[in-house]
Amino acid sequence: MKKIIPLGLLWLSLFVLAPSLMAAEISVKDGESIQSAVNKAQTGDVILVYPGTYKESVYVDKDGITIRGVVQDGEWPVMEGEGKRNDAILYSGNDFTVEWLTITHYKGNAIMGQAGNNFVIRYNRVIDTGVYGIFPQFGKNGLIEYNVLSGIEDAAIYVGMCDNVDVRHNEVFDNVAGIEIENTRHALVENNYAHDNTAGLLVFITPGLPIKTTYDVILRNNFVVNNNTANFGAPGSIVSKVPAGIGIVVMAADDVVVEGNIVSGNKTAGMVVTDLAFITDISSDPESEPNPDRMVFLDNLMFDNGADPVADVKALMLTQFSRRGPDILANLGSAQEPDNCIINRERYTSFGIKKWSECERKDTADITTMLIPGGAPNEVVTTENRTKLLYQGICAGCHAYNMRMIGPPTLTVQALYHNDPQGIADYIAEPHKVRSDYPAMPPQGHLSPDLRREVAEFMLSVTK
Amino acid sequence: MRQRLRPLLLWAMGLVMTAPALANSSSEWRLSEVCPAGFHLRDGGCYLQSFYSGYSSLQQSGVGGLKTGMPPLREGFTAQQIDLGRLLFFDPLLSVDGDMACSSCHQPARGFSDGLAGSIGRHGEVMHRSAPTLWNVGFLRELFWDARAKSLEEQMQGPLFSQEEMANTPDQLLKSLQDNANYRDLFNQAFGDDTLSLEQVYTALTAFQSSLVSLGSRYDLYANGFHEVLTQPEIEGMNVFRSFVARCAECHTPPAFTNQQIAVIGSPEPKGAALDIGVAAITGDASQRGGFKVPTLRNIELTAPYMHSGRFKTLRETVAFYTGGRGHAVPEGEHLSLHWHIWEPNLSDHELDLLVAFLKTLTDQSFMPVLPRKVPSGLAPVATDIFTH
Repeated sequence: MKKIIPLGLLWLSLFVLAPSLMAAEISVKDGESIQSAVNKAQTGDVILVYPGTYKESVYVDKDGITIRGVVQDGEWPVMEGEGKRNDAILYSGNDFTVEWLTITHYKGNAIMGQAGNNFVIRYNRVIDTGVYGIFPQFGKNGLIEYNVLSGIEDAAIYVGMCDNVDVRHNEVFDNVAGIEIENTRHALVENNYAHDNTAGLLVFITPGLPIKTTYDVILRNNFVVNNNTANFGAPGSIVSKVPAGIGIVVMAADDVVVEGNIVSGNKTAGMVVTDLAFITDISSDPESEPNPDRMVFLDNLMFDNGADPVADVKALMLTQFSRRGPDILANLGSAQEPDNCIINRERYTSFGIKKWSECERKDTADITTMLIPGGAPNEVVTTENRTKLLYQGICAGCHAYNMRMIGPPTLTVQALYHNDPQGIADYIAEPHKVRSDYPAMPPQGHLSPDLRREVAEFMLSVTK
Repeated sequence: MRQRLRPLLLWAMGLVMTAPALANSSSEWRLSEVCPAGFHLRDGGCYLQSFYSGYSSLQQSGVGGLKTGMPPLREGFTAQQIDLGRLLFFDPLLSVDGDMACSSCHQPARGFSDGLAGSIGRHGEVMHRSAPTLWNVGFLRELFWDARAKSLEEQMQGPLFSQEEMANTPDQLLKSLQDNANYRDLFNQAFGDDTLSLEQVYTALTAFQSSLVSLGSRYDLYANGFHEVLTQPEIEGMNVFRSFVARCAECHTPPAFTNQQIAVIGSPEPKGAALDIGVAAITGDASQRGGFKVPTLRNIELTAPYMHSGRFKTLRETVAFYTGGRGHAVPEGEHLSLHWHIWEPNLSDHELDLLVAFLKTLTDQSFMPVLPRKVPSGLAPVATDIFTH
C-alpha cells in the first residue's frame, strides 16, 4: 500500500531526505510557454512567470507545483484567452498554488481544479472571463484569497463539491454571482467585498450532482453591497434563474451561519433563505434534501435593502402591506421553520421569520478557519514512486509475491528472469503462452520500452 | 491502432484456447479456485487491486480528477462464484428457447454490448434502447438506462424474464438448472449447498459481471503519472473534455467516467420514433422527462452506436451533438428540463476530432475473461468468438 503522506512530511522529506528533489525555480519570460515549464517541473518546483502576454491554456497534472506571477513595477503577467481558448489554468495535482496572474478573455474558466487537495489560489486578477473565474471542484482543503474578479457570466468564485475551504479577502463585482458555495462542506467565506453582482453570496445545494450536501458554512464579515446588476447568465444555467438585487441567497444548505456582514443597497432583498423550489425548470433529484435547515443568523448590519424588489418578492411583501423588499426573506415553506434562528430580529425588515427561534450561539469567534491543520492527506505521485504505482496498478493485478493468482507468483518470475529485466520487458510487450496451467498474459505493448524496462526492474526487486 | 490490436487478438486467442485447460483441471467441470485478473484472494473472497486502490475520493463519492478513488465495487465474491457466473453468462440454457444468453446482447467482442442501436429480442424484434457495456458495471449503483434497478441481481431479472427478451420464468429457469447434473455439481462447488436456488444464480452472475474491470487504459497510465503514454492530440482532447467549455467531465467524471446521475440532455430518437421519456416513465416526475443515467465512457470506442437509442453511429457524431445548441434535437412542442451543462460551447471541428482521439485512450480490455468453448448445458455458448465483427 502506498503511504499517506501529510503535506508537512512531504516537504520535510523533500528537503531533508532527498536533496536532489530540492525545489527548483523555473523562469518563464514573455514569448515563452508556461506549459513547457510545467512539463519540465517536478514536485516542489516553482514556476516564475514574468510580465508579458501568455496566449495559452495551461494544465497541471503533477503534484506540488506552484505557478507564481512576477509583478514588476506594476507590470503583470497576463494570460490572454482572446475569446477562443477554453480555460486558462486546469489543475488536477495536489498541493497546487497559483498566484499573481492576470487572466482575461477565456471561454471557460480562469482557474479550474478537478480534484487536487491543498490548493492555494491567491493574488490573481480575473477580468471578463467566461463561465467561472475560480472554480475548484472535488478538492479538499483549499485557500482562495486576495483575488479580484469581474465580468463573469456565472459565479466569480465557485466552490463546487469541495470540503474545507476558506474564501477570504476577495473582491467580486460585475458578475452574475459573486461567491457561490455549492454542494460543499466546511467553508468559511470571510472579509470579502461582493458588490454590483446580480447576487452577492450564494450558498446552494444544487440537485443532480454526485455529492449531495452543503453544510457547515460561515459567511462572516463580508461587505455585500448594491448587488443589482441585471442577470446576464447563460440561458439554462442555474444562476440565470436568480433574480437580481439579492445580497445573500441560502438555498437548501444546512448549518449556515451569517454573522458580521454589512449588507446594503440590494434592491430585492438583503438575504433570501429558501428551499429548492427557488430554482424552477430543473430536473428533480430525490437524493437532494431540499430544505435549508438550522440557519444561524447572528448580528449583521443591514440597511437600505429592497428598494425595488422583483415582482415575486413584491407580491409577498404586499401581504404585509409593504412595497419594499425586506432585509431578510424566508421563502414560503421550510425556510420559515423554527430550526432556523436569529438574534436581535427587531433590527431588520423581514418576511417569514416569525417562527425562527432565538439563537443560543451569539458569535463564531472560536472558529478561525475551516482548513485542516497540516493539510489533507494526499497520495502524492512523484517520478520516483510512479514505477511502484505502475507495478501495483497493472502487474500486481495478476501476480502476488508468493502465491498463485491468475498469473504465476512474482517469486517464480524472479527465479526465471534473475538479472534479466530486459527479458521481462521484451516478453510483456507481446507475451506468448509459456505454461499450460496459466492463461496467456495480456500484452503491455502500449508501454514504452523504457517503461517496460523500469517496471521489470521493479518486479525483480520486489521482496514481499 | 492496428499495431496495438494484433497482440490483443493473439492474446484473446490464447484465452479461448486456455479455457478448457483451466476448466478441466480435475474433473469434467471444475470451477476455478483462482480469482480473475485484477483480483486478489483475501479471506476467501476476490478483491480488486488497481491503480485506484490507494486513492480516496471526496465524501467517498468515486468522482473527482485523475487520482481519485473509484466508487465502491461489488466485490468479495469467491473465485468459484465468479467462475460459475462466467459459465452461466454464456449459456443459452438461461433463455426459454435455449437460444439466447446474457452474451447475446453483451458480447465480449463488442465491448460487452452488441453493436446495435436496439438489441434484438426473442423473436427478432428490435428493442428500443441499446445494450450498455458491462465493463465496470460492478461500480454502478443503479442499472438500466432509466436507473430502475438498484442492484445487478435486480437488473438481470429484467432480461431473463421479459417476454420480449430471454422470456424465461423463474420456475422454468430453476428447473432447467436443477435438471442439469453439471450445474447441480457446479452450484455445489460454488455455494457448498445442495439446494440450487435462483438467488445463487443471481449471485453468480453478479459476481462474474462485477469482475469485468477496465482500469488499465492508456488514460489510466497518464492519470497515474505516465504522461508520455498519451500523444499531444490526445492530451489536447483530454483538456477539451475536462474544460468548462465542453464540460464532458462534469457528468462523465473520472475515474469511472460517469457521475451516476440522471441527466436530461435531449438527444434525438431514431427518425420517426416517439420520444423515449426515460426516467419519467418510472418515477412519473415530469421534470425527469427524457432523463437517462449518465453512461460510462470507458471502452466507448468499442460500443457504437451511441446514446440510449443508438441514434449516433460514430463517436464523432456523438460529440457533435453537444455543440449543436441547447435543445436543438428536442421535438417541437415538447418541453424537457434540460441539464444546465447542455449549452452552446461552440466547439470547433478540430476540437471535436481531439475529443474523439481522447475517448479512444479509454479503451482497455486487458482483463477480458476466459471465454468458454463449451458450457455446462451442452448447448453452444453464445458470442464467445472474439473475432466476431
